[in-house]
Amino acid sequence: MEQKTPLLRIAKRESMAPAKTWLIRLAAFLFALLIGLLIFAALGVNPVSAYGIMLQGSWGKKTVIRQVIKYAVPLLGTALALAPCFKMRYWNIGAEGQITIGAMAATFFALNASGLPSPVLLILMAVAGTVFGGLWGTVPALFKARWGTNETLFTLMMNYIAIGIVKWLQGGPWEGKPGSQIIPNFAKSAYLPSVFGVHIGWIFVLILVVVLFIYMKYTKHGYEIAVLGESENTARYAGMNVRRITVRTAFLSGAIAGFVGFLVVSGADHTLADGVAAGVGFTAITVCWLAQLNPFAMIVISLLLSTLSKGAATLQTKMNIPTSLSDIITAVILLCMLGCEFFINYRLITRGHHEKEVR
Amino acid sequence: METTVHAVELKHITKRFGSVVANDSVDLYVDRGVIMSILGENGSGKTTLMNMLAGIYFPDEGEIFVDGKPVTIASPKDAFDNGIGMIHQHFKLVDVFTAAENVVLGLPGKLDRKAASQRVREISDKYGFDIDPNKKVYDMSVSEKQTVEIIKVLYRGANILILDEPTAVLTPQEIEKLFNVLRAMRADGKAILLITHKLNEVMAISDVVAVLRKGRHIRTVRTAETNPQALTDMMVGRAVTLDINRTEPQNPEPRLTVAGLTVRNSEGVTKLNDVGFIAYSGEILGVAGIAGSGQKELLESIAGLRPIEKGSIIYSPEGKKPEELVGKTPMQIKEAGVALAFVPEDRLGMGLVGGMGMTDNMMLRSYTRGKSIFVDRKEPEKIANQVHDFLEVVTPGIDYPVRKLSGGNVQKVLVGREIATSPSVLMSAYAVRGLDINTSYIIYDLMCAQKARGTAVIFVGEDLDVLLELCDRILVLCGGEVSGIVDARTTPKEQIGLLMTSVGGKEANA
Repeated sequence: MEQKTPLLRIAKRESMAPAKTWLIRLAAFLFALLIGLLIFAALGVNPVSAYGIMLQGSWGKKTVIRQVIKYAVPLLGTALALAPCFKMRYWNIGAEGQITIGAMAATFFALNASGLPSPVLLILMAVAGTVFGGLWGTVPALFKARWGTNETLFTLMMNYIAIGIVKWLQGGPWEGKPGSQIIPNFAKSAYLPSVFGVHIGWIFVLILVVVLFIYMKYTKHGYEIAVLGESENTARYAGMNVRRITVRTAFLSGAIAGFVGFLVVSGADHTLADGVAAGVGFTAITVCWLAQLNPFAMIVISLLLSTLSKGAATLQTKMNIPTSLSDIITAVILLCMLGCEFFINYRLITRGHHEKEVR
Repeated sequence: METTVHAVELKHITKRFGSVVANDSVDLYVDRGVIMSILGENGSGKTTLMNMLAGIYFPDEGEIFVDGKPVTIASPKDAFDNGIGMIHQHFKLVDVFTAAENVVLGLPGKLDRKAASQRVREISDKYGFDIDPNKKVYDMSVSEKQTVEIIKVLYRGANILILDEPTAVLTPQEIEKLFNVLRAMRADGKAILLITHKLNEVMAISDVVAVLRKGRHIRTVRTAETNPQALTDMMVGRAVTLDINRTEPQNPEPRLTVAGLTVRNSEGVTKLNDVGFIAYSGEILGVAGIAGSGQKELLESIAGLRPIEKGSIIYSPEGKKPEELVGKTPMQIKEAGVALAFVPEDRLGMGLVGGMGMTDNMMLRSYTRGKSIFVDRKEPEKIANQVHDFLEVVTPGIDYPVRKLSGGNVQKVLVGREIATSPSVLMSAYAVRGLDINTSYIIYDLMCAQKARGTAVIFVGEDLDVLLELCDRILVLCGGEVSGIVDARTTPKEQIGLLMTSVGGKEANA
C-alpha cells in the first residue's frame, strides 16, 4: 500500500496565553526587520548602518523625536477614529476625506475670525472641525442605513470630493496672493500652543485613547457596536436600532477624524492645502488593525510607523536611498504581523510526527 | 492475520482538535449484511469518527482496514475507491439538475443521461426506492433529496454506507420507508453504519449498536440483547431517568391570540398563510412540522423580528389590558412590558454573540436598563454565574467566548438567559438541538417549571416522541399553514405525521 499521508497538515491550536501571542507578534516583527536587512543588502547598502541611521534619524535628537511624535499624533488620532467603525464591521476608509473636511471647517474660522481671543478661536475651530468631519462621515452611513449602499466604495469616493473642494478653495475663494493657489498662513491666534516642543494635540490624542477605550469597553454604545459587529441579526434580536447605531458610530468616527484635521492645520501646518491629510487616513487603517483595535496598542504602532517614516526620510538625505523603501519595509512588517496570526491560531503537523504509517 | 474479514475495521483511531480529543483510540468493526447504529450523545465523536471513514478528516493515529486490507483514506475520493459512501446531514445536491444528473455529477466519462436514468431506475427497483430519475431537485421533498443522496453513493459502488442522522428531517412515514430500503440493502450484503441518537430507531432497525462516550468506544452490543434504558446508561455513563413530569395545566387563560397571520420572506414567498391559534398560560403548546414549514417565521413574527403582511397578535398579560403586537419593533415589544423570551434556532447567528463571554451575553436583552451611559455588568454576572452553576455549563470561565463552547453548552447559556427573565411567554425553537440526553431532560424540566408558574410556553421541536410527552397541545404546521391543533395526550404519532405532510391530514380535532 502506497504511503499517502499528507506531508503537511494544519490543525487548530488550543487557545494560547496572551503573553505568548504577543511574543509571536514580536518575533514576526523581528523577522520582518530581518527581511528588511536583505532588502538593504540587495540595494548594496550596509544594512546595519542603514538601520542605525534610521534609528538615529528618528530618536537620536530632541528635534527629530519631536518630528516623529508630531507625525504620530494624527496617525494615532485617526486610528482611534476608525476603531469603532471597524469594530462594527463598517468599513470606513474615508478618514482621509473626513480629516480634510474637518481641517477645512477649522480653517474657515482661522481665516475669518482671527480677531477673536486665541482660546475662543481655537475652541471654535475645534468644534467646527469635529462637527463637519462627523457630518461628512455620516453621509455614507445614512445611505447605507436607508438604501443598503456599500460603505467601502462610498467613503472612499467621498475622499476625492473632499480633496476636490479644498483644491477649489485653494485656487478660488480662499486663495491668498492671486495666482499662488495657496491659502495664506493663519494668524498666530489660530496656532495651537506647544507643550514640550510639540503642539498640544499629543495630549489630546492621549486623552482620547483613554476615553475611547472606556467608550468601547464600558458603555452601552460600545456594547451595541460590538454586538452589531458580530451579527446584525443578533443586534436586531436584542432590540437594537441597527440604523441608528450605524449612523451614530459613523458620525463619531468622522467627528474624531475631523478633530484630527483641526489638530493638523492648527498645530502643524498653520494653513490648509489639499494634501492636508497626507495619506494619514489610509495609514491609520494599518495602525488600527495592527493594534487589533486596541487603543493602547495603537500608541505603540503609530509611533512605530512614524519612526519608520522619519527614519526613511533621514536615509534618503544621508545615504541617497529612496523613501519608498520605508513603504516596502512597512508593507513587509504588515505582512509578517498579519501572517503570524496564522501561527497563533493553527499549528502545522509534518508527516511522521505521529506514528500513523500504514503497514 | 484476522480470523474473519470485516467489511470495515478501525484500530486505535484517535483524532484531536486542538486540546479536544474527539476520538480516543477507537476500535470498531462492522460486517457485511449488518446494520450498525453508532449511538452517542452530541460531542461523543460519532460524526468525527465517520468523517474519517469518509475522507473528510484524517486520523491523527490508528489504522483503517477495508475487507481486511489496510487503507489510507485522505480524501472523499479515496473513500469511494474503497467502497465507502457517506450520506451527510446536509445534502449536497445541485438544485437545477435532475436526480440522474446529480447522481452522475463528477464521475469521469461521457455524460449519457439515458444510461444514467436507466441505471438509477435499476438501483431504485433493486432496493425499493421511489424516485423519478428525471425529476429536478428543486421539485423534491426532503425525503426525495435524501433518496438521491443514497442512490448517488450506491451508483458509485459503495458497499459500506454511512448515514449521518438520516431521520432527523423525515416524517414517521418516511422513516419507515427509509428503514425498508436499509433492510433491502442489508439483504444485499452491504454494511450500513447509522449515526443517531434516537433510541427507538436504534431498537427498530439495527442489528448491533456501538456506543460512544466522550470519544471512546464503550461497547458494541447486539440490539436483541439490550434495551433503551441500558443503552442510555451506557451513553451517559450513569443511570438516567427518561421521564417527563407532565402536569395538567392550571387555570389556563389566553395569553397570546394569533389570528390570520400572513408573512412573506424577503423574496416575497409566503412563509405563513393565515395562521391562527391561542397560546394559554400554564400550558406548553408544541409546534411540529417538517423543517422549514414556517416554524422560524412564526416565532420571529411574534418577537417582532419580521414584517407582517396581515393578521394580528394580541398579547393579554395577566391583569392588564390586551395589546396588539403587530407593528411594534422588538424594542417596543420589550418596553411595552411584554415578556417574550425567545430562543431562536440559530443560536450563534442570532441568539448569542459568539465572541463575547457569558456575562456579556446575559445582558444582550437587558443592557438598556437604567439611565447611565455605562453598562452594568454586576447583574448579568450574577445571572451568568447562576446559569453556569444551575445548568452545569462547561466553560473555562464566564468570560470565555461562547463561540468556543460546545453546542450543548452554548444552548444552555441561551436557554438559561431567556428563562432568567421570568417571561410570561416563552418561545423556543429546537431548544434541545445539540444537547445530550441528560441536558435535554433538564431543559424539559425547565419548560415544565415555566409552565407551572403560569408561563405560556411555545415549544418548537423536531422529535415527535418528545413533543407528545412534553406538550399539552401540538400545533402542526404544513407549508406555512396550520394543519391542525391536536391534544398531545391522545393523538397518535402517525396522525401528526399525516398532518405534517398534508394540510388537515385526515380529519383532525382542531
